Amino acid sequence: MGAAHSASEEVRELMGKTGFSSDQIEQLHRRFKQLSGDQPTIRKENFNNVPDLELNPIRSKIIRAFFDNRNLRKGPSGLADEINFEDFLTIMAYFQPIDTTMDEDQVQLCRREKLRFLFHMYDSDSDGRITLEEYRNVVEELLSGNPHIEKESARTIADGAMMEAASVCVGQMEPDQVYEGITFDDFLKEFAGISQSLKRWVGFRRPGAQSLDSVLNTLWRRSQTGPNCPSQRNQCKGKWRFPFLA
Amino acid sequence: MAFQVFVPFCPWKVLLLLVALKCSEATSNLNESTNATARHEPNVRFAAASSEPDEKISVFALDYDYVQIPYEVTLWILLASLAKIGFHLYHRLPGLMPESCLLIVVGALVGAIIFGTDHKSPPVMDSNIYFLYLLPPIILEGGYFMPTRPFFENIGSILWWAGLGALINAFGIGLSLYLICQIKAFGLSDVNLLQNLLFGSLISSVDPVAVLAVFEEARVNEPLYMMIFGEALLNDGISVVLYNILIAFTKMHKFEAIKPVDILAGCARFIIVGLGGVFFGIVFGFISAFITRFTQNISAIEPLIVFMFSYLSYLAAETLYLSGILAITACAVTMKKYVEENVSQTSYTTIKYFMKMLSSVSETLIFIFMGVSTVGKNHEWNWAFICFTLAFCQIWRAISVFALFYVSNQFRTFPFSIKDQCIIFYSGVRGAGSFSLAFLLPLSLFPRKKMFVTATLVVIYFTVFIQGITIGPLVRYLGVKKTNKKESINEELHIRLMDHLKAGIEDVCGQWSHYQVRDKFKKFDHRYLRKILIRKNLPKSSIVSLYKKLEMKQAIEMVETGILSSTSFSTPLQAQRIQGTKRLSPEDVESMRDILTRNMYQVRQRTLSYNKYNLKPQTCEKQAKEILTRRYNTLRDSMRKGHSLPWGKPADTKNIRYLSFPYSNPQPTRRDLRAEELTDNSSSDSDLSFIMFNANSQTRPLQERQLTQEIIPMKNLNRGGKPSNFGYPRSTSQEERVGRGRWAALRPKPLFHAVDEEYESGAESEEEASTIGSRWSAEHRCRREHRRSHSPLLHKK
Repeated sequence: MGAAHSASEEVRELMGKTGFSSDQIEQLHRRFKQLSGDQPTIRKENFNNVPDLELNPIRSKIIRAFFDNRNLRKGPSGLADEINFEDFLTIMAYFQPIDTTMDEDQVQLCRREKLRFLFHMYDSDSDGRITLEEYRNVVEELLSGNPHIEKESARTIADGAMMEAASVCVGQMEPDQVYEGITFDDFLKEFAGISQSLKRWVGFRRPGAQSLDSVLNTLWRRSQTGPNCPSQRNQCKGKWRFPFLA
Repeated sequence: MAFQVFVPFCPWKVLLLLVALKCSEATSNLNESTNATARHEPNVRFAAASSEPDEKISVFALDYDYVQIPYEVTLWILLASLAKIGFHLYHRLPGLMPESCLLIVVGALVGAIIFGTDHKSPPVMDSNIYFLYLLPPIILEGGYFMPTRPFFENIGSILWWAGLGALINAFGIGLSLYLICQIKAFGLSDVNLLQNLLFGSLISSVDPVAVLAVFEEARVNEPLYMMIFGEALLNDGISVVLYNILIAFTKMHKFEAIKPVDILAGCARFIIVGLGGVFFGIVFGFISAFITRFTQNISAIEPLIVFMFSYLSYLAAETLYLSGILAITACAVTMKKYVEENVSQTSYTTIKYFMKMLSSVSETLIFIFMGVSTVGKNHEWNWAFICFTLAFCQIWRAISVFALFYVSNQFRTFPFSIKDQCIIFYSGVRGAGSFSLAFLLPLSLFPRKKMFVTATLVVIYFTVFIQGITIGPLVRYLGVKKTNKKESINEELHIRLMDHLKAGIEDVCGQWSHYQVRDKFKKFDHRYLRKILIRKNLPKSSIVSLYKKLEMKQAIEMVETGILSSTSFSTPLQAQRIQGTKRLSPEDVESMRDILTRNMYQVRQRTLSYNKYNLKPQTCEKQAKEILTRRYNTLRDSMRKGHSLPWGKPADTKNIRYLSFPYSNPQPTRRDLRAEELTDNSSSDSDLSFIMFNANSQTRPLQERQLTQEIIPMKNLNRGGKPSNFGYPRSTSQEERVGRGRWAALRPKPLFHAVDEEYESGAESEEEASTIGSRWSAEHRCRREHRRSHSPLLHKK
């Protein structure tokens, strides 16, 4: 806790890099220490200590994302063995809400970054394409919560999704043409369509289908119901909050 | 269709009516006769057994009085159940109106019959019976089926809204009605403040459970759902506590003046009563959970333990003048988690169904009694009082909703939108609770009880019928219901992935607000409670037990739905097949999405389903169906080693060609599939695809020859029959094979004699060509098969 206690030089540097506030950095540091067991770095095994994560079907994907060099901006591929606090913050920074004061270009950039993170979750061999095998893998993992779904149905779903993606991204194909996989550009294209159609649900958040922007926005806000939530930080400083009203 | 539905429906009703009429007439006649027996005892006895001495046992005797109450109660419940069956026979009706409408109508019917026959209804409703027997099952059911996790995640808002909302409503309505009563012109000046407050407290008890069914269908968001559910759960308790305290005040007021100290004492009492009740409930919940730990050898008494301890918590709290309602709720919530892991699967099912049954019996009785007391002379209609009651109910609900949610929204991460608030406002349906409390007002303290009852009835009827029926359309209108058209599989997958990712990141960064409290409880729970309360031989990890539960549930569902639904699959299957080589049929997308939504483990359980009147087959039949389809398919797959989608649509080659992976299925299957595809398509389409597929594998002259061969019969067919006939429902490939075999056997027979010469020659040359390649021949035969099946048509021509 000690190192990041006041807004020291180190913290200020991190703030500049990641855009977190000092409160948030302190809080995350606390969590980091808790996860690592007071070590300077986190290894994969440390994530096993998070009890709630145990239930997450894509647990391995999430943990992997933390060690992915592409996400850490350290290299085009490969996995890091361990990450330090700065890396941890880098990953967390992907989940910051889009600042409302930013101009259009920055928002676009920000969204692109977030989507790239998502894309990397699918693209496990970091060749810049989501191949069918990778897609199948993800679907299987998503469905792994239910032991009664056979791999085959997961596979067919992935196949269907892939076909759909192919038709969206490439349009009409020649019969002998082969769709190699979803590239990041295709991915963006797909998401453009999705967020368009998702905008229709305004009032009622249909379970599971919140509008894309709000999902990305709330990725962070939701996880931070405390006074450190960036958008509310200024308003509720010093105010007493109901602990249960979430 | 409608006709078919109504046919069983109408005679039912008529029959029911007849039976009911007969019964009640009979009972009243009997009643009279027995009364007569009592009055003119010597005469009757003389008539019945004229020559026999008095001491002898009569051969035939009637004693209706002896059985009257249980007899009639049984008849009521039976009648209501039959009416419910009728109600659900026509599947659109439950979507249109809440089930309480039906119960009230049935009650009014019974009331009319009783009134018409001058019969006196059995004294089912009195204060003791209501509070000791009828109320607890209803409350227990609500507590037991409460989705615990979302409830506790929103507990702040729920307590704030349900608790304070009930108080604001009660006092608001009471005080404003008191003001109205001061106006001399209305003739209400004898109604004092306390009576008005009491009336306010009973009329503010809202029973929005009927609304939940609508919500479920419209899939409103989880916090909104939980708000309504929490209100339904807590509102009764609060208004009953308030009611009892006010009754005590009124009694006191009759004899002495109320001092300010008493009011303070009343407030303190309110809190003590609530907290004490909850405490009792939790204690009893833990005790019963602990006891079920040792029942593995006598699982038959497991349900008994659950029910008895819940009831005991209610009674124990009541003896100490604490809130039994809150006690039984807390008890159910506490023990549910542990008991469900301890008891056997059958006991678990028994508990669920028995609980539903008990509560529905209670509620049915109350509603029917409400209907019965609607028809009759004991009403006092005061226009002013009734109209103002109705108006104030709406006004104060609106005020409390908008004010309280304005405040609580300041503290929420996800505020409730104005639409949400409107829905909550509109869901203020009054129910059985209000009526029972009104009916139980002691006449000695409330000289104008009749007026109160009438006003309550009017409010209930208004809200149940008008609001209950219109809220569905309103929710749908405000909710901008989803239009399924553009939703794609990718979208669903991405959103799911994001949900999980979000949840995972939340878990990783750890929460410091209320999640921390939950985590602490979880730790405590794991470290101590579970060790004490849960059996040893169970798997430690909760996910394992979750899987176990799921597995069992699915197995049960599978057996239950059984063969019935497997037959119903064949139709959609065929429908899908006919669709043929279109890209992805909407049905496919739909079914894929279904699988995704149903089967992905949901990190934050979003889809809630609760129905007061019925136990839904949880996770829906669709899952069971899905299992069955898969079963069906594995069976089919074992018969023919084909590659097929789990929902039975054969993978069409055209689509797979898009993808980057190699074919995994063996060669013969491909041929088979292609053959299927061919038969599937309309003529020109299949021709084209056929040519394309074979372009590489066949030598050129041969191909040309085949081309002519192909085109000739097509011409033929187009001349003969309408092209639309090609879309005949296709059978499975096995059947096709059989058909082909049969065709080979039938060939020499003069089946096609009436067909043109051209065709015959085509068939001849076909035979020559059939030796060329196995693939070709398969396709070719298939084409012949195609032709054969249309031959009767040609024949006619």
